[in-house]
Amino acid sequence: MIEVRNLNKSFGALRVLQGVSFSIAKGEALTVIGASGGGKSVLLKLLIGLICPDDGEVRIEDVNIAGLDERQLLKVRRKFGMLFQGAALFDSLTVEENIGFILNRERTLRPAEIATRVAEVLELVGLSGIEKKWPSELSGGMRKRVGLARAIIYRPEILLYDEPTTGLDPIAADAIDQLIIRVVEKLKVTSIAVTHDMRSARRIGKRILMLYRGSIYADKTPDDLFKSTDPVICRFVNGISDAREDAFV
Amino acid sequence: MTGLAKKVVREWLDGLGRGTILCGEIFSSIFTVKLSGRDLLYQMYFIGVKSQSVVGITGAFTGMVLCYQTFVEFHKVKMDTATLAVVSVGLGSQLGPVLTGLMVAGRVGAAIAAELGTMRVTEQIDALRTLATHPVDYLIVPRFLAMLLVMPVLTAGSICVGIMAGYLVGVFLLGINSTGLWYNMLHYTHLNDMLVGMIKTFIFGAIIAVIACYKGLNCTEGAQGVGQATTEAVVYSSISILITNFFLTMVLNRLLP
Repeated sequence: MIEVRNLNKSFGALRVLQGVSFSIAKGEALTVIGASGGGKSVLLKLLIGLICPDDGEVRIEDVNIAGLDERQLLKVRRKFGMLFQGAALFDSLTVEENIGFILNRERTLRPAEIATRVAEVLELVGLSGIEKKWPSELSGGMRKRVGLARAIIYRPEILLYDEPTTGLDPIAADAIDQLIIRVVEKLKVTSIAVTHDMRSARRIGKRILMLYRGSIYADKTPDDLFKSTDPVICRFVNGISDAREDAFV
Repeated sequence: MTGLAKKVVREWLDGLGRGTILCGEIFSSIFTVKLSGRDLLYQMYFIGVKSQSVVGITGAFTGMVLCYQTFVEFHKVKMDTATLAVVSVGLGSQLGPVLTGLMVAGRVGAAIAAELGTMRVTEQIDALRTLATHPVDYLIVPRFLAMLLVMPVLTAGSICVGIMAGYLVGVFLLGINSTGLWYNMLHYTHLNDMLVGMIKTFIFGAIIAVIACYKGLNCTEGAQGVGQATTEAVVYSSISILITNFFLTMVLNRLLP
């Protein structure tokens, strides 16, 4: 469904991604892990066409989106839903207007039908009855849930999550993980999450890609990755800062 | 020094190119994408209704000071009743559109750049794009059209308030004959003076909208980036208005003598 071929991206002199290639099958749940600033979010934005690669291809159902202009990309993006790190809710709109944004723009459903759909997705994310609230009135976890509700209301085929548990307490993070698992199972979508939260990565992904120095270092199942004896993988999954610290663990 | 000059020129040309592309996208969107009437009305309210007081006060005091200063000079040559004609022509073709443009650039241009800049740094614009919505269609076109529609109305209001304020100062403070004052104002003010002012303000509205939207959409990360975008939107809009006014005055005075 998604195929990435030899993707390169630099910002000035900084090479963020170098020759990244992988593919994702329909319905697969993939997690991308890697150090902060290691290009995970850049990879996610390249997949949805928010930024252009310097070189390489991103093929969504055999269409290379790297060569499309913004208006052509809008049609491709209709297949995607994305949950941003900070939820990126529109702060001038209520929760209901945020979630129903795309349906209101497309004008294919009546307002009553849109309201029903909004109530359905709010129930799915466990936040029934907050339609009239403003984003500023919500906690971090609630904002992420509303962001997820906005991403799934139009039933996309692919869901992207950018650091879904970052900035949340362990209980809220667990709730978001459970919600992601529930959404993927219920909606049968292809799911790609980037995170550096190892617990979350293990739970929400059936396959884990590890980015290291701009390239894919590992592509394994969660169990294989966490059992790996590779020193780079071991240090990362166990949160050890450098080789010197190994002596103390 | 040469390197710095090259960098400045390159950045300026880059900005000019991006601004031109943005203009192209705006015009393309106006003619191809259906506009939300609700968004347009809200922007007209925000830009027009909420700017009325500041534009009115500017017009009133400009009319008053222009009347007073003109009277001081005209009184020496016994031309008291021609005072309001100077106020009318001056406000109609020059001061009205320029001062309204500068006030709207300060109030609305800053607000647009800050709002769009904040949306950019909080990823709301990226979110909009993931929701299959072009930022130009949803954010820029309503603001651009509202500015074009509202600026002539604001300027006309400012000119009227300025003339009335000048008339009141002339009659009640300076003791000028009211009939002569009003007669000369009507006699020496031509339709072309007002037409020049309206054409100018229409163009100033477009300049403010494009610069403020461009600065907001292209602002750099963080609070500092939003602040810089806001400042640049106001400064560049104001300077562009003053420079454009000179060339428009030359061209329009030939076309509409």
